[in-house]
Amino acid sequence: MKTVYKKPESMTSATTIYCPGCHHGIAHRLIAEVIDELGIADRAIGIAPVGCAALAYDYFNIDFSETPHGRAPAVATGLKLTQPDRVVFTYQGDGDLASIGAAEILHLANRGFNITTIFINNAIYGMTGGQMAPTTLEGQKTTTTPFGRDLQIHGHPMKVSEILSQTAGVAYIARGAVYDPKHVMETKKMIKKAFQNQIDGKGFSMVEILSTCPTNWGLSPLDAVEWLKKNMEPFYPLGVKKDIDQEQ
Amino acid sequence: MPKGKVVIDKEKCKGCELCIAACPKKVLGLSEDFNTKGYRYSTPLHPEDCIGCGFCAMMCPDVAIEVYREE
Ligand SMILES: Cc1ncc(C[n+]2csc(CCOP(=O)(O)OP(=O)(O)O)c2C)c(N)n1
Ligand code: SF4
Ligand code: SF4
Ligand code: SF4
Ligand SMILES: [Mg+2]
Repeated sequence: MKTVYKKPESMTSATTIYCPGCHHGIAHRLIAEVIDELGIADRAIGIAPVGCAALAYDYFNIDFSETPHGRAPAVATGLKLTQPDRVVFTYQGDGDLASIGAAEILHLANRGFNITTIFINNAIYGMTGGQMAPTTLEGQKTTTTPFGRDLQIHGHPMKVSEILSQTAGVAYIARGAVYDPKHVMETKKMIKKAFQNQIDGKGFSMVEILSTCPTNWGLSPLDAVEWLKKNMEPFYPLGVKKDIDQEQ
Repeated sequence: MPKGKVVIDKEKCKGCELCIAACPKKVLGLSEDFNTKGYRYSTPLHPEDCIGCGFCAMMCPDVAIEVYREE
């Protein structure tokens, strides 16, 4: 029998700390598949964030740095400047990237520096117990918005991909999801493009992935998927937000 | 229809059921017993119906599933 699927070489066989059904695991798998397919395992460097993915370095069979508190873009910049032949990517959650590290990601994108970012938007601070994130939706209950996010008090949910797409330096930004096989395949193509762009020297490329946090949303993994489709997807539309290859 | 086969590492499985929902042939279901982590794990209840499409593996956050297909 021919093998249709087995663990990508770029992943270790460690068991992750992620909760059952958490989409972080699917996002990891897609990145590892892309690294295998592009044959860049020996020159890829990942940068793990603060948040549930803080231990990502245990799950990938490639070089990794752990750079908490939204500073992954700064460390990525340093690594790429000093080792331009390496393929450097950051892996960041919405608290890490859009709140704690908002300045870093904005300047990385605006400078168009040749790095790849994978941005996990689960509309919440997962690791710390479900506090409001910049991406938390209007009316969404979290431990710090027990009556739901109130725009007057807490501000508006942040559409990071749309905002960063407005900066001149960006080569590619797309938003995907991984809640069914079709979207998994589409998002993998986005991730592959974001890595290929870096290899081709095209500049900053990011893929935002709408993800579930079943635990802090208080839902089963399958109900969390339905919640994402009903609530997140209409506010955060999927698709390519910017692609310099389509603009010529 | 091609004939497929899935091999699920029950100790890696966290019983999230994402693979079960993704299977177009309703091959998979949860076990009656528990793995050592305390989860009911995904297992092929109707292995004869598997077409080796790989959808279950594509959805598994814990890389617990290997898929094979007859050539
Ligand atoms: C500067 C700073 N503020 C707050 C924290 C506490 N902290 C650790 S993880 C985290 C939230 C991470 O959320 P997110 O990036 O969305 O990741 P997730 O766990 O949801 O994947 C926070 C606030 C911190 N470590 N550093
Ligand atoms: S708390 Fe949320 S984001 Fe963190 S591992 Fe659990 S489900 Fe995933
Ligand atoms: S390979 Fe396809 S048919 Fe077989 S169990 Fe997985 S999803 Fe179902
Ligand atoms: S998707 Fe993976 S972890 Fe979830 S039930 Fe299926 S085999 Fe288990
Ligand atoms: Mg988050």
